[in-house]
Amino acid sequence: MLKDRTEGGVIYFDNAATSFPKPQCVSEAVMHYMTKIGANPGRSGHKMSVEAGRIVFKARKSIAALFGLRNPMRVIFTSNATEALNMAILGVLEKGDHAITSSMEHNSTIRPLHEMEKKGIISLSIIQADKTGILDPDKIRKAIRANTKAIIINHASNVVGCIQPIREIGKICRENGVIFIVDCAQSAGIVPIDIDQDNIDILAFAGHKALYGPTGTGGMVIADRFDFKRIKPLKYGGTGSLSDKIEQPDFLPDRFESGTLNVAGLSGLLAGSEYIRHRDGGIERILEHKTELQKYFIQKAEMLVEDFCCFSSAQLPSTGVVAFKLNKFSVSEIAQILSDEYGIMCRQGLHCSPLAHQTIGTFPEGTLRFGFSIFNNKEEIDFAVQALKSISEGKQT
Amino acid sequence: MKAVILFYSTNQAIWAENELKSHELSCRLISVPRHLSSDCGYCVQIDAEDKEKATDILTANKIEFEKIEIL
Ligand SMILES: Cc1ncc(COP(=O)(O)O)c(C=O)c1O
Repeated sequence: MLKDRTEGGVIYFDNAATSFPKPQCVSEAVMHYMTKIGANPGRSGHKMSVEAGRIVFKARKSIAALFGLRNPMRVIFTSNATEALNMAILGVLEKGDHAITSSMEHNSTIRPLHEMEKKGIISLSIIQADKTGILDPDKIRKAIRANTKAIIINHASNVVGCIQPIREIGKICRENGVIFIVDCAQSAGIVPIDIDQDNIDILAFAGHKALYGPTGTGGMVIADRFDFKRIKPLKYGGTGSLSDKIEQPDFLPDRFESGTLNVAGLSGLLAGSEYIRHRDGGIERILEHKTELQKYFIQKAEMLVEDFCCFSSAQLPSTGVVAFKLNKFSVSEIAQILSDEYGIMCRQGLHCSPLAHQTIGTFPEGTLRFGFSIFNNKEEIDFAVQALKSISEGKQT
Repeated sequence: MKAVILFYSTNQAIWAENELKSHELSCRLISVPRHLSSDCGYCVQIDAEDKEKATDILTANKIEFEKIEIL
């Protein structure tokens, strides 16, 4: 019965890594570009190039609308959230600056920061979250120094699914004249975000997770009020504009967008983003659905699976990401059995986040992680709980 | 009589086309006429009488453009 309902007879719970399946309109949009449009946007004056340019523009507009941004040119497309975070972090921080981040960061934030610290360019404070992964804004306020340039925070944890109070942290940033950079890789498309009201200066998003676009899509979004010249470009090159000059253009998005864009990917991202934005109940309903699935899974597993040990909350609003393990087995053993014998796809280990696992007390082995999508349902969760119960009782199929 | 709006980049040209259309101004993207030079492959053609209205819309949306030329 489950086989009819899921793609290829599997249950895909690895949506926090990248979402699957994508809505049909996403693959159709990619196919349409690949077979009917094909050209390089912004480089030539012919019809096909103009059409490609229109797709890219619509994608920018859709992403801008998603985050309450007025100027769509402030959406800079990148190949993933990692590239956007590197652009923001390396672009903003300079010699002698101090930066603040948290113990819940993904390596895409903590590695560039650590690298800059190691090279003696910046000093860095890492604010410890509590055991549930939540940050206390007051601790962040107290860590601010005279030379603090930026605070970089992961909005929603890729390990436990918890959501940080970014509006409050952003307010502290504004009051202190500190740049607020937010990693929205896990939250964009699940948690409503308003770049202005949430006091964000720069955000990074992944197009291929909860926006249901293809892999190879993401972006950096710069708030309307933020002076984008405070960000140095990381890449220099061809933009199709001001080609008579060897200077990099200083207007948006060209300042940061050198090289041919992934238009096939962006076609799909546009379709995915519109799909999410116009879904019944909007993003608010998506957050409710994720929270509901997370709660359902945790409560059911706690009831039925004897040595189920969970690190995510069944109470708080969350992005549908659950970290757990079975005490008697190694996490890789269980992931393997779930995949091979039950067709359940999930991710085990440290999820590119060693500090987050230290914070929740699961380092160095890590945990299993289920990440639910809008297409998952309680029946699939029931099946997974039964599978975990059988594994835990030592009676695999 | 027609006029063309020239831009520094095609991103702005497409954005302008989109905004002008949403204000029901008649306009279209065309290649830059030969006697005008612009690196950006195309420009937006409007009716010359809409020049002021178009300027207002572009300014209100902070869409940067190089200049408007009456043809
Ligand atoms: C919180 C967080 N930040 C950043 C990333 C990096 O995203 P991407 O794989 O698109 O570079 C991920 C996902 O892997 C993530 O979960």
